[in-house]
Amino acid sequence: MSGPLRLPGASGASTGQPGTEGPHGLELIGTTPAHRPRHAQAGVERDWLHQPPQPVSRPGRMRRVPGWLAGLGLMSPSLILVGVFVYGFIGWNVRVSFTSWEGLTPVYDFVGLDNYSALWNDARWRTDARNIVIFTTVFVVGALALGFVMALLLEKGARGEAFYRGVFLFPMAISFIATAIVWRWLLDNGGGADTAGLNKLFGDLGLGFLRSDWHKSESSWAIAAVALPAGWALSGYVMALFLAGMRAIPNTFRESARIDGASEWQVLWYVMRPALRPVTFSAVLILIHISLKTFDLIYALDQGNLKIDTPSLYMWFTTFDGGFYDRGATIATVLLIGVVLIIGPYIRYWLRSERR
Amino acid sequence: MTVRGTAGIPAPARNSIPRPVHQPAPTPPGAALRSKRTAGWVTALRYAGLWLLVGFFLMPVYVLLVTAFKDPSDVTVTGIFSLPSSLSLDNFTDVWPKLSTSFRNSLSLSIPASLISSLLGCANGFVLAKVRFRYANVVFPLILFGIFVPYQAIVIPLAQTMTDLGLRGGADQTGGLAGLTLIHIIYGLPITTLIFRNYFVGLPDSLMESARLDGAGVMQTFLDVAVPLARPAFAVSIIWQFTASWNDFMFGAMMTTRESWPITVALNNVAGGQSIPFGQAMAGALLASLPTLAIYLLLGRFFLRGVLAGTLRDA
Amino acid sequence: MWQGRVGVLALVFVAILAGIPMCAAGGGGGDNQLEVYSWWTGPGEEEGLDAMAQEFQAENAGVTFVNAAVSGGAGSNAKAILASRLLANDPPDSYQRHAGLELEDDVRSGKVRDLTALYDREGWRDVLPKGLLDSLTIDGRIYAVPVNIHRANLMWYTPATLDKLGLAGPPKTWGEFLDQAAKIKDAGLTPLAIGPQWTQKHLFETVLLGELGAGKYQQLFAGSLRWSSPDVEAALATYQKVLSYSDLRSASGDWQPQIDRVVQGTAVYAVMGDWASGYLEGPKKQRWQQGYAAVASPGSDGVYSFLSDAFTLPTGARNPELAEKWLIECGSTEGQNLFNPKKGSIPARVDADAKLYTGYLGWALGQWRDKRTRIVGSLAHGVVANNAYNAEIDSALGLFNQNGDLGKLAATLDRTYEATR
Repeated sequence: MSGPLRLPGASGASTGQPGTEGPHGLELIGTTPAHRPRHAQAGVERDWLHQPPQPVSRPGRMRRVPGWLAGLGLMSPSLILVGVFVYGFIGWNVRVSFTSWEGLTPVYDFVGLDNYSALWNDARWRTDARNIVIFTTVFVVGALALGFVMALLLEKGARGEAFYRGVFLFPMAISFIATAIVWRWLLDNGGGADTAGLNKLFGDLGLGFLRSDWHKSESSWAIAAVALPAGWALSGYVMALFLAGMRAIPNTFRESARIDGASEWQVLWYVMRPALRPVTFSAVLILIHISLKTFDLIYALDQGNLKIDTPSLYMWFTTFDGGFYDRGATIATVLLIGVVLIIGPYIRYWLRSERR
Repeated sequence: MTVRGTAGIPAPARNSIPRPVHQPAPTPPGAALRSKRTAGWVTALRYAGLWLLVGFFLMPVYVLLVTAFKDPSDVTVTGIFSLPSSLSLDNFTDVWPKLSTSFRNSLSLSIPASLISSLLGCANGFVLAKVRFRYANVVFPLILFGIFVPYQAIVIPLAQTMTDLGLRGGADQTGGLAGLTLIHIIYGLPITTLIFRNYFVGLPDSLMESARLDGAGVMQTFLDVAVPLARPAFAVSIIWQFTASWNDFMFGAMMTTRESWPITVALNNVAGGQSIPFGQAMAGALLASLPTLAIYLLLGRFFLRGVLAGTLRDA
Repeated sequence: MWQGRVGVLALVFVAILAGIPMCAAGGGGGDNQLEVYSWWTGPGEEEGLDAMAQEFQAENAGVTFVNAAVSGGAGSNAKAILASRLLANDPPDSYQRHAGLELEDDVRSGKVRDLTALYDREGWRDVLPKGLLDSLTIDGRIYAVPVNIHRANLMWYTPATLDKLGLAGPPKTWGEFLDQAAKIKDAGLTPLAIGPQWTQKHLFETVLLGELGAGKYQQLFAGSLRWSSPDVEAALATYQKVLSYSDLRSASGDWQPQIDRVVQGTAVYAVMGDWASGYLEGPKKQRWQQGYAAVASPGSDGVYSFLSDAFTLPTGARNPELAEKWLIECGSTEGQNLFNPKKGSIPARVDADAKLYTGYLGWALGQWRDKRTRIVGSLAHGVVANNAYNAEIDSALGLFNQNGDLGKLAATLDRTYEATR
């Protein structure tokens, strides 16, 4: 084979840089814009498996490796690494969840489902399970909504857009330790002369009715307060995803909808929403995984306060403070099963809708 | 092929990458005027909203900044919004020596980790999106599942494995940083694969097809066609991975020794202990956030573009 | 185009280039180093540890002292890292634990070596108080060398606030406290400042100690007194009342803001260990007996509830002889006098130089050495309960905060004690 490929008719201009940032022809990661026809060229989609006979014969050419095998080969380091370091370790967790290992001496016996039934009856676990559901819901919906609103505000173009983008993305850059300390102060719910943080700000601005106990509140929704720092940190990223998604929608679609008499809200609903579904998918996946993994924030915010306890915290404390490796592994396994049961169908549904 | 009705939209240099057939409706003449009429108060509202949000996002940063300049006796919970009584850089100058080595360590860790895991993710994404094999839609969720693995659950077996491999702690020449880089690469694979796979799915298959007709193999197509096109996705992936590996604490603390600490561990040691020196902790956090911020600003344009696959223009 | 290949090569090249500095970060290991793992990273502790390290290196020429301290306030971070190393059979040369039952798991898993012979050789049994020695003894042997002593059963207040409220002095029993608390609340102040969950456990043990007395307190944690017995249940009820007079609903996020409330005058009392003195003298610039003061917590006068940071000798340490030398330094008067003044604690040995300890520390040292003082161990800081039990107590107390059910609390504590002994 001669040197590197040249794309047919390519003039050497960079193909990765669009000439303008106009909306036409710009595609989004994860987007299958509804307007783009499936088959770009007339004719059947060719794929690697169903190859036509070789049109060109090259002297001394060896028999080519089938496409899928080469592809697998390209992926093989990743597959092996993920296999060992993800699934191998998950397997270890599952194994330990069937043992009675407590303390620094590994014990690999078999106690059947004892740990699982103990967990089911564990009051702290029940609190945690409820908390993680509440937190995930509030956080994902909140970050999606906030990111969407921010993208909406920026998408028509704003003066100094880079500034706004930078500001909204900056929270992600700050280390969680500092973030947690600052938010610990902001979410302080002292009263009277001890008023501090956001409550104090509300009071000073005349918005005293907004005063809240945040994550120390008596309500079982206390953990929703943690969605505030979490959303603060992540909304910028969601905004970036949505912004690009919105910009990929051709203006003319929206214009023609307006011409047809649609109000802005209807444009939003009927034009933008379908086009943004794939972006939403990526965003939701990322947000859910962050929410399940949120540990550092709560750990540094108010650890031990069971109102904001979550499975990952319980897993941590029970394993490393208490030495209950069996219980920790059980929590991990149950968490992962939960993920499979809930995220699995979502992924499958989306993959199917992609093929449509 | 020209696109009808797009008067006024500049056409980029013509290249012959086949583009999807796409015929947007012609822009009606009255549309521009109509949007202008509503522009007035809506724009004002927009900017008001933007500034409100800027306030919300910057308010904790303000607290961070202000505390970093405060003397320890000034730091009280009730007074977090008050300005420091005297602007002293003491906190910064005190904390920097404690962080400088780990700063260098983190750079030497995060840059390779983000670059390599992006590269591998690109390969995976390309194969999953463009190389049709029967189990692509099984392999992809399997890799994707790796995103959800809780780190707490794997610390122990990981420590064991890394020790067995001689990569942990003081056992090797890099003080555990090489092993840590490997860890970040591995656990970054699922999300980089997600990013690239979704990106490549958005590209038309015709690109690969023409490469196929030239008789190229998968590897060649990947190197010559996919990688140049994936530049924006690289930006997204590198940003995410850099942030993740820069801000990681747990694996870093587990794998390294004092000389090879990443910055989060060093910062934790500044900020932890029984009596937290808040001023220094904040100053340290600000210093630690600078590289990530730099990456965002540098790649920020690409970030936006990165989520845009601006590849399919045809004049 | 070739752009792709160049791009990939460039990426890999940059990655390798950027990764080169990491080779400078390692290369440790070897026979002439001592790796000591602790959580001493905060202000004061770090300087104290450095001083000891310098001394060690001076005494042992050619040896490098590797300070592997990870912060976490003696909490979960440091424990997790250590656990991962111990399970991977790659221990440091010496690591730190709280003296007492916190070490029980390590002992029973064979992770630490028996130091009884060392104690005999160094004559430490003669210079450490009996209460401390008893707490250090697990299954008949001693496995750790204590460096510093903190006192847990203290009540902090500002004399000015007491004057303002017309209170004669801090309460001597918890009953007195409850009386005072009612008056304080009427005056619009918070009777007791409280902080995050561990400070609540700290309060919990202090109330138990005050209500039960030293003897019953020890029986309770040794298992000969049940939580559901009438005395203990009464003490639990007192705890509940005391909590109700605290600002639990708006608890501070950290122990320092908790003490701040006392200093600022919005709260009158706080129960905290004596590291508060270091905080008040240092960052807050207050003076002992003027800006702030402390007494033994109600009902525990003459009782010293201690906690101590102690070092061990792991089995499988790479340099056990050096580690032993380190332990000898930890237990020596020189070593302890190098560390403790800087940290703001008192030495474990009773024969240390008293002149170095002034202010609050002077008073504490006097109490520690007094033969009449009854020494017991703290719960929240790992002396009287092993890790598993302590973790279960955390859960139980957290749930108690939510449901306020005393009976359930007592039953859970009994059950988990049996499960974790």
